[in-house]
Amino acid sequence: MFCFKGIKYRSKFINLHAKNVYYSMSKNIKLKKGLNINLVGEADKVYASVKFNKNFVIKPTDFHNLTPKLVVKVGDKVSAGSPLFFDKYNDKVNFCSPVSGEITEIVRGAKRRILELRINSDDIISYKKFDFKNYENFSREQLVSAMLESGLWPFIKQRPYDVIAKHVDVPKAIVISAFKSAPLSIDNDFALYGMDDLFQKGLDIISKLTNGITHLNLDGNTNSSKAFSEAKGVQINKFSGPHPAGNVGVQIHHLDPINKGESVWCVEPQDIIAIARLFSEGKFDVSRIISVCGSQVLKPRYYRTILGACISNFLVDNLHDGDYRVISGNVLTGEKINIDGNLGFYDTQITVIKEGNEPEFLGWALPGFNKFSLSRSFFSWLMPTKKYDISTNMRGEERAYVVTGQYDKVLPMDIFIQQLIKSIMIEDVEMMENLGIYELSPEDVALCEFVCTSKIEVQSLIRDGLDLLIKENS
Amino acid sequence: MKIFRNLLDTVKPIFDKGGKLEKLYPAYDAFETFLFVPGHATHSGTHIKDSIDLKRTMAFVVLAMLPCIVFGMWNIGYQYYSAISEESTLIENIIFGFWKFLPLLIVSYSVGLAVEFAFAISRGHSVNEGYLVSGMLIPLIMPVDVPLWMLAVSVVFAVVIGKEVFGGTGMNILNPALTARAFLFFAYPSYMSGDKVWVHGASVDGYSGETILGALASNTSSWDSLLWNASDAFYGIIPGSVGETSFLAIAIGALILIYAGIGSGRIIISTFIGGYLTAYLFNLWGYNALMSTPAHIHLLIGGFAFGAVFMATDPVTASQTNKGKIIYGLLVGFFAILIRIFNPAYPEGMMLAILLMNVFAPLIDHYVISGNVKKRLSRLKLKS
Repeated sequence: MFCFKGIKYRSKFINLHAKNVYYSMSKNIKLKKGLNINLVGEADKVYASVKFNKNFVIKPTDFHNLTPKLVVKVGDKVSAGSPLFFDKYNDKVNFCSPVSGEITEIVRGAKRRILELRINSDDIISYKKFDFKNYENFSREQLVSAMLESGLWPFIKQRPYDVIAKHVDVPKAIVISAFKSAPLSIDNDFALYGMDDLFQKGLDIISKLTNGITHLNLDGNTNSSKAFSEAKGVQINKFSGPHPAGNVGVQIHHLDPINKGESVWCVEPQDIIAIARLFSEGKFDVSRIISVCGSQVLKPRYYRTILGACISNFLVDNLHDGDYRVISGNVLTGEKINIDGNLGFYDTQITVIKEGNEPEFLGWALPGFNKFSLSRSFFSWLMPTKKYDISTNMRGEERAYVVTGQYDKVLPMDIFIQQLIKSIMIEDVEMMENLGIYELSPEDVALCEFVCTSKIEVQSLIRDGLDLLIKENS
Repeated sequence: MKIFRNLLDTVKPIFDKGGKLEKLYPAYDAFETFLFVPGHATHSGTHIKDSIDLKRTMAFVVLAMLPCIVFGMWNIGYQYYSAISEESTLIENIIFGFWKFLPLLIVSYSVGLAVEFAFAISRGHSVNEGYLVSGMLIPLIMPVDVPLWMLAVSVVFAVVIGKEVFGGTGMNILNPALTARAFLFFAYPSYMSGDKVWVHGASVDGYSGETILGALASNTSSWDSLLWNASDAFYGIIPGSVGETSFLAIAIGALILIYAGIGSGRIIISTFIGGYLTAYLFNLWGYNALMSTPAHIHLLIGGFAFGAVFMATDPVTASQTNKGKIIYGLLVGFFAILIRIFNPAYPEGMMLAILLMNVFAPLIDHYVISGNVKKRLSRLKLKS
């Protein structure tokens, strides 16, 4: 009887949307659990400019589980928007060049795995012409095939599994987080300033991809810019609280949790702009606004650049002395790159921090006025607003689980994360599902990994668990 | 510290792979990481890490025990000088207690760590820090006059059977320190109970060194007719195991643990609530001396407070879920009082209550977790 009621309710729900009537039941969700890591080196909200660097790189390794099939070879000329490779197991998904120029190198790793496609950009970028006139009247299928063809599709990611969305699925909802809460993340209010119209156009396109609700989640701690707060055709929710309040995974959990067999899609605000540009201007323009931040950066600033750009020009003569680590992305989830490396596909920040390879005498016994910790076992708790310059030191060694309840303090989700991790360790698929692994992606548990006393690699364990389920469910 | 670094660097090749003593690398590693937090940088996952590690955690628990240790040493001296009816100063008491306590501490740590190192070396893994805490707890829950060889045997038993057979720190089912005490309690009961072991020098004629619980359990006198009053029990000027007597010192430790976020406030508070409610209910019955002892006195005497703060909170053997911790604590408190009251042969119910609940903790967690699982499954059912 109860089930029957459920079905009835659901069909009503769908009918509502078929008539394009949107629920405007916006939610205001306050999260208590989590942790803001106050780091020095936040980017000032000004744009700096540097000389254009012609080296661009697209890394197939940025896309989890992707086996690329190349359509170009070294020496080929490409325009911005020409396909470089496609997904071997889903040949509709194209990955396109961010700039026009010449393919200079294809870097391969072990077993000839493709690691990088290097492109030498033209001085003036020429764009492949896409003609999507009348796109406002496109059906869902037309939109999907246009996005697949033009290389926009990889911007659409899905939960569960945190991979590129399966274009044959229809997601039960789309969730867009308008803000990032990870340490030193870019401020989307600043980055999307003046792009209100484009953003709205993008939202209109995106929201056609689902029969359910498109959620736009704003930072409840601040007043969001007009582009977000006055967006139409979407359900606007507010999330307040410490990191990971800005993670879509956490937001989905509180709005419409994912069950086995369901999917929710998500897109980053800047990528929505790229989608809007393609349809309204007919060109694959993947300009990116990034922040270059971190304690080792002399002048942390914002920069306008393009996806896949070489980052060396941002850092030359802009670093403090000493050993450093360059990270594409934030300090919790980003990837270590070289100083002449390139911006990752989904990244909007470059963080440079101290490399922590100095041993510390009796470090575990010192009072630790300068040591950041969730626990109050260091005297730094006396200064809650202090900003820290945290190096990459491990600060201890990996151990078996001893402490409990630590992860729960930084994961604002109704999930027994420590038990889930243990079920992944023993590869108990049923237990993983029962404990809610579909609702998690590695970035959601990054703080658990950060605070872990036993230094367990929680993110990669969750990734392993998800990969196992991809295999099981395929 | 340069000296230490140089020394370590000179001897390192001997222990490294291919060195003469490569098998002893875990021992070298333990000393090196004790002296220096290693200069390893993160290689995958988060690029930065919280400053806390297991060494800091364990050191902090020992720090929280310091008030108990200092007070315990004073009390050893104080009880001794009272037993032989001599005046003594604060310093004299502490110095006397120090010399009584030190051998216990040395035996506990040296034997325990020797076993830990032996296991680490034979299994080729690094030495875990768990014993830093157990090694301090064990002498604190022993009578002052426990023979040292007996202590050594109990430590070996606790580390080998209580911990290492399960895979070492983090894998054990029973609290190792309590395993040591339980072992002695059942193997050599005459050294762990009665009126002669709790106070050094209690064998002098005409002096009874029995604990409050011992006196009450014999059911010859009620709480009101005892020599001690509630404030003696609160400050801890009573006979008992070395570290368990002072409620005040334990409370300071509890505050440190809870505030630092290292000990579970849920377990500590729920244990006290469970104990209080149980004792209160039995007050209403009031059949024997222990039943009619006021509920709040039950929390002050014996090992109740010490067990609640330092033993029941052991994260490895307690429940691991937040809800589970509350249930676990309530039950520890309940059983501690129940055993005290109904089994006069074991007036110290706390030890057995915690060991019992250690065994049941996974079951409690199982039910708490299946509640979460059910919620998720019913959500799934509703959808399909």
